[in-house]
Amino acid sequence: MSAASIVDASAGSPVSVIGPEHSPTAPVSIHDMTVAYHRKPVLWDVDLDVPQGRLVGIIGPNGAGKSTLIKAALDLVPRVSGEVLIYGKPFRRQRRLVAYVPQRESVDWDFPICAVEVVMMGRYGMMGWCRPVTRAHRRAALQALDRVGMADFADRQISNLSGGQQQRIFLARALAQEARIYFMDEPFASVDAATERAIIAVLTDLKNSGKTVLVVHHDLQTVSQYFDHLIMLNMRVVAHGPTAEVFTPENLARTYGGRLTLLSEAAEALARGGRAV
Amino acid sequence: MKRAALIFGLLLTIAAAPAEAAAQSQPSILDNLQRVLSLRDYNTRVVIAGVSLLGLAAGGIGTFLLLRKRSLTADALSHATLPGIALAFIITTALGGDGRALVWLLLGAFGTGVAAVGVIILIRHTTRIKEDAALGIVLSVFFGAGAALIKLAEQMPQGSAAGLDRFILGRAASMIAADVQAIAVVTVIVLAVCTAFFKEFRLLCFDQSFAGAQGWPVLLLDALLMGMVVAVTVIGLQSVGLVLVVAMLITPAAAARLWTDRLSIMFPLAAAMGALGGAAGAVVSAAAERMPTGPIIVLVCSALFAASLVFGSKRGLLVRAVRHMHLRRRVAEQHLLRALWEMSENAGRVEVRSTFARLKSQRSWSALALRREISRLRRRGWVRLDAQGDISLTNQGRIEAQRVVRNHRLWEMYLITHADIAPTHVDRDADQIEHVLPPDLIERLEGLVEASDARAAMPASPHELPALATGDRP
Repeated sequence: MSAASIVDASAGSPVSVIGPEHSPTAPVSIHDMTVAYHRKPVLWDVDLDVPQGRLVGIIGPNGAGKSTLIKAALDLVPRVSGEVLIYGKPFRRQRRLVAYVPQRESVDWDFPICAVEVVMMGRYGMMGWCRPVTRAHRRAALQALDRVGMADFADRQISNLSGGQQQRIFLARALAQEARIYFMDEPFASVDAATERAIIAVLTDLKNSGKTVLVVHHDLQTVSQYFDHLIMLNMRVVAHGPTAEVFTPENLARTYGGRLTLLSEAAEALARGGRAV
Repeated sequence: MKRAALIFGLLLTIAAAPAEAAAQSQPSILDNLQRVLSLRDYNTRVVIAGVSLLGLAAGGIGTFLLLRKRSLTADALSHATLPGIALAFIITTALGGDGRALVWLLLGAFGTGVAAVGVIILIRHTTRIKEDAALGIVLSVFFGAGAALIKLAEQMPQGSAAGLDRFILGRAASMIAADVQAIAVVTVIVLAVCTAFFKEFRLLCFDQSFAGAQGWPVLLLDALLMGMVVAVTVIGLQSVGLVLVVAMLITPAAAARLWTDRLSIMFPLAAAMGALGGAAGAVVSAAAERMPTGPIIVLVCSALFAASLVFGSKRGLLVRAVRHMHLRRRVAEQHLLRALWEMSENAGRVEVRSTFARLKSQRSWSALALRREISRLRRRGWVRLDAQGDISLTNQGRIEAQRVVRNHRLWEMYLITHADIAPTHVDRDADQIEHVLPPDLIERLEGLVEASDARAAMPASPHELPALATGDRP
């Protein structure tokens, strides 16, 4: 039995929390999305709309599928089922509207490149094949560096930057993309307090200018302070909505209080060969 | 560092030994070298041109290969060219053609090389087998099949398969002008593609998921990159051989990395080093008769790498050792300044002289090290000795000492208030960091440490100073 068919069978189960009322103007609209790594499902049946102009936190325990949600939305990992619409159209046709900040550990910081050259990568999508970097793009990259307070480090080799500074370079690269939606994978992971303040200031700026920002986040203490909208994940969407409404002890207990036995057992069974379910 | 120097020396000896041996026979090695360098021999010219061009292409594409962390993939695919060579021979011979025609052999090599890359990608994407295991499997299966097919080819009644094994370790002398032309064509294509797609390859190698999110076809770029690696491998089979060609790809790039932090410099530098290694290797092996060209080229490239490892301006061992020495010197200097300052602080007087013995009891430093430090600080005018040999700070030294002690105490206070470290332990921890605190961090420390006297010219020490420190001569 294929993974897809099992997943389809579960689609009608009470796992789905959010009603399937999708708005065609939502910045990010995820429809019945299920993701599996090597046949082991890590995200079941995600179905939600992200509203415009919000700072959205994505929280959940380790292995809850937070990063996977972002990667699947960006077509970086294959989806078993479902689709993702950006302002009502498939992501493939709307790439320019989306900026991405991967996890800092995902790249080799020993790479022979300086800070401004990394930020310039945010402009590559606008340049097209084989086109060289123009002065205008360089200027835009320097401006992005300035916005994260790193203008003085433009020519610094990236391995000579602190972890917080490296994270700010990644943020600057996303800013250089001049997108309307920002996906960020743990931008606050192991950064110093000053960097965290600088980053949240930039994100708030983005939100206030009508951009939509989704952030994978780990620190529950700062959730209500940082985010006005929340997606609580644990292999499926436990709760989704304005932080004031969904960030409740009950939802937290359901998100963090042990993995859902049935789902994780079913996932294990699928990984073993799809016979046990 | 010593070890690297030793390795370098060893490599030179290995490279030089056969040359010396050859020198004893006639004609002398110098005559030979002169003959080679004058490019009088047509054959020598062909070989030198061929391997230089090969080095150029290999160094260039090797830069991206190294940064993409696919060095072992290159090793696996170069071994995987062997069955292609054998198959090409068997098929062309069976069809009545000349099995030894180089074009078909190399096309066969290219075919199985590409197939190996495909299998590796397939394994990576569809199974949970780890990358290194996948590479090991592909390398051994393809190479084993190649070895078996070569034996099969040798048993064919038609055609003579003798000499097919020359592709394993390379035989540069068999190169002819047409081969060099082929190498030149591949080199030009590889360098042109690398230049045209420089931006795309840089992005691919640095951050493939960001590239994917931006819509760049990661798989296609990867295929293009590895396709060029296969092409360079194939043109290197004749001269360097499939076992060693990976060294031509990796070593110049690894050496170039030690000289620069910029990809735009590393790329041409690696290409130049590859060309230099190829040319020098060809010259050496031509001058010293009966030396195999391929291994000599690889040794020359390794010597270039070893030299870069020691002398490289960006991350060479020498540069790092010098930097480390500077830091150690600064640390020792600051320790002495702080010891003298704290003595005067404990005595409650600005002007304090200390005997050598008392100063020595302040820290666990050897008499020799302390004497050296004192004379160094004297030369800088921060410390003076009086007639009895007692030590005291000069005015300038006092200013410097104040700065050092202040940094030390700020850091100590930060550790106590923000990192929950016991006051009795902070001294040693602060010792490690204070010497490298940059000015902007000190400013932030001042902001962070909320103790009332943090902004004072000199905050009090958060722990007791060593009791002996009061001892000075009246």
